[in-house]
Amino acid sequence: MTRAPSYREATARHRVAGLLDAGTFVEWVGPGARATSPHLAALGSPVSFDDGVVVGEGRLAGERVLVIAQEGLFNGGAVGEVHGAKIRGAFERACTQPPRAVVFCIDSGGVRLHEANAGLLAISEIMRALFAAQSAGIPVWALVGGSCGAFGGMGIVARLCDAVVMSEEGRLGLSGPEVIETVKGVEEFDARDRALVWRVTGGKIRRTLGEATHLVEDNLVAFREAVVALLAAGQGPVPFTLETLQASQARLEARTAWDAALRDGQSLWDRLGLADAALMETEQFNRRLQEVS
Amino acid sequence: MESFDLELPARAPGAAPGTAALYGVVSSGNLEVLVEAGPSPDRCRFHVETSAHGFTDVWQAVLADFAASHRVGGLSFSIHDAGATPAVVSLRLAQAVQSLEAP
Amino acid sequence: MSAPDRSRAWNQEACRRAERLARSARWRRGKEVACGDMVSLLESVLEPGDRVCLEGNNQKQADFLAASLAACSPQRVHDLHLVQSVLALPEHMELFEKGIARRLDFSFSGPQSHRLARLVQARAIEIGAIHTYLELFGRYFIDLTPQVCLIAAQAADAAGNLYLGPNTEDTPVIVEATAFKSGLVIAQVNERCDTLPRVDVPADWVDCFVVAPSPNHIEPLFTRDPAHITEIQVLMAMMALKGIYAEYGVERLNHGIGFDTAAIELLLPTYGEQLGLKGRVARHWALNPHPTLIPAIEAGFVERVHSFGSEVGMEAYVAARPDVFFTGPDGSLRSNRAFCQTAGLYACDLFIGSTLQMDLEGNSSTATLGRITGFGGAPNMGSDARGRRHASPPWLKAGRERSGSDRFIRGQKLVVQMVETWQEPHHPTFVERLDAWQLQQDMDMALPPIMIYGDDVSHVVTEEGIANLLLCRTPEERAQAIRGVAGYTPVGRARDRRLVENLRDRGIIRRPEDLGIDVRDATRDLLAARSIKDLVRASGGLYQPPKQFRNW
Repeated sequence: MTRAPSYREATARHRVAGLLDAGTFVEWVGPGARATSPHLAALGSPVSFDDGVVVGEGRLAGERVLVIAQEGLFNGGAVGEVHGAKIRGAFERACTQPPRAVVFCIDSGGVRLHEANAGLLAISEIMRALFAAQSAGIPVWALVGGSCGAFGGMGIVARLCDAVVMSEEGRLGLSGPEVIETVKGVEEFDARDRALVWRVTGGKIRRTLGEATHLVEDNLVAFREAVVALLAAGQGPVPFTLETLQASQARLEARTAWDAALRDGQSLWDRLGLADAALMETEQFNRRLQEVS
Repeated sequence: MESFDLELPARAPGAAPGTAALYGVVSSGNLEVLVEAGPSPDRCRFHVETSAHGFTDVWQAVLADFAASHRVGGLSFSIHDAGATPAVVSLRLAQAVQSLEAP
Repeated sequence: MSAPDRSRAWNQEACRRAERLARSARWRRGKEVACGDMVSLLESVLEPGDRVCLEGNNQKQADFLAASLAACSPQRVHDLHLVQSVLALPEHMELFEKGIARRLDFSFSGPQSHRLARLVQARAIEIGAIHTYLELFGRYFIDLTPQVCLIAAQAADAAGNLYLGPNTEDTPVIVEATAFKSGLVIAQVNERCDTLPRVDVPADWVDCFVVAPSPNHIEPLFTRDPAHITEIQVLMAMMALKGIYAEYGVERLNHGIGFDTAAIELLLPTYGEQLGLKGRVARHWALNPHPTLIPAIEAGFVERVHSFGSEVGMEAYVAARPDVFFTGPDGSLRSNRAFCQTAGLYACDLFIGSTLQMDLEGNSSTATLGRITGFGGAPNMGSDARGRRHASPPWLKAGRERSGSDRFIRGQKLVVQMVETWQEPHHPTFVERLDAWQLQQDMDMALPPIMIYGDDVSHVVTEEGIANLLLCRTPEERAQAIRGVAGYTPVGRARDRRLVENLRDRGIIRRPEDLGIDVRDATRDLLAARSIKDLVRASGGLYQPPKQFRNW
């Protein structure tokens, strides 16, 4: 008896292999190209043959998709110069040879501190390239379920995507827990309180707030099925129109009216009548959330 | 970082990958190994870059045992190591060879 | 024969006890003491040189009483002799730094091991001896009987009856030794109740109690997050299950605490099931309620568990599985360290645990330089009980293997050490000489602190294979068997390859492939739970992990 492979525990390469139709993946700038980080090498840090990101194309339920997968275990999935250039290049390829969609497995704490300036630039380039792909009619779907979640610049990138598929174990935010604790003090946010971290940034609260569009079980099959469903629904990019912006604005304005007692997922679930949301299985959670909203 | 190269006689030819194949991840206590076709079918080659200094003799012993017990002729292994124990090194190499033989 | 000396008083201890109680009267109302009066009460009852047991073990701590004792005036309370299981709190060390206590007999010092070593070297502390739990408990009734004990309980009623809750641990043995030898029993409780869920200590054994300002600290020491179990640990667990549990038919056992043994627990319902081991191994346990045992319990492997203490978060699960655990009429766990240690020593056929260092005789130690950690219970679990007489198939098989013939008079407990060959780069597990020898010298101890003696060890499991030391016939063979599974450590590389191959031919060393195990099958997907959340699921939501282990 073995269990379905965990998405969280899979490496970036295993995620790509598990998501796509078997044997269809073609990698660009693969590890054999040895496009490693000159910055890490100069600092005497270990480098990786793919600089922590896998990019390429393949078929998913028969449809041609482009895949980007960050390796969260290599330097926290952080974006360096080469890493960022590979992602940007993938989006640019999406514009010239349009796939049905771009599937972006985000697993990153943000910019790689060893090469901060290059990394910051890379993230803005990724954003611009992502917008260009969306403008060309190609939807971009983020999958967030790795050990590093999606934080910093990559948290913003995740929110630019047309769909965000998360597992409960995934996390999404701007400043990471340790950063908040350092800046605001441990009384405000105790980064070692794992339960608190997940109540504020985890998949279930992100789904409740609507920032994640789908919540799935932590396994590769569930993530693949979510993408297959998006393909089957004929989902395109969310239109970038005045109406969608106004709707977003209205949603955020409504949040500013929330009182101070709403501090985390639990207090919100209590109010929604979902007090035991944290312990619900994913399927039950999705059903109950739909019922109350 | 410390690095060294090693070339060893191989017992039997291995299943060379069409394109370079990467296994494992560079993270604390772990490593990645890139397997490519090497020049000579009766030899195998290793290039190791490691963050743990002073273990070249242990590496040589691990790699010699690995080469003696697997079909690795004509293969070239490039390793980026972040302090993996010999047990993890042996396991990753075995997994890489297995994946090549039965992809 | 001369006539009895009629001038001698034979109740001097009782008189002294009465005097102590009389001195304390103004600080208590009946048996209840106000928090703010506890320091004064302790100053009134304690006398210089008293033997005091300040209850603390590796989980439950009488932390309020420890702080109160540390706040006593060293002019009034000094030179105490502490006789207690574990030194865990900073206050325990403060007692010696202030001169309140001078002498110490104990078992284990986990978190205070560095500070203890410094105090010993500065001669600020006299160590009588470092014990195993059972030894220390034994001495409570012979030559280390406490005059005063300071214990922790869950609740008291007005009369002073105590309810100990799931973490009974050492309390019964401490109270028994103190109360029935004219000592004073002083308890801190978390709450006062009108009616107790059950009475664990009757009021007439208790002299004083105080409702502490905050509940006593309990460390979730036995929670292992499955997320941290490595593939190598899965591999070793596969070898242990197939090469030892199945081979000997081990039904009664104890597991040490660690990720290696947690991996075995989590492999029972998967790999163990594949091997057809359900009902054949791991049925009866001396074990704390490990969360990682939940899947095996749910899968029907485990029939009975008796526990030393409890584990935070397991309360509701234990209460819902009374067929498996020992529980009171109130539903909560009844643990007892002294009885469970006895069970582990005499009624189990296998102990398996990990260590930090092992030498070529198989001696193992968790002592490292600059730390005095002590022993706890592992040496009781991890030793062959020479007083055992009842037979069981694994005990007989091991005894036969050791004797090498069918004419043998004694069985043998299986004592398995499960270790990776390297702890981390620069720290091989296998060494020519244990750090314990250096520590003996530095700390001026009578003997090196050996956790498990080599002659008690039956098997060594590493990622390279299993060495069966029972089958070795000479010290040389034994050393080569250990080298033969010591991997690429300097000790392992110094093996005689020809001899090691000979040992392998004779089945003394078995590699994974000899056991029919493909190392590449050793993946985390084989674990019945890969996360704390999986354990909660397996328990049907009954297991409620502490917040540092939750990600929800």
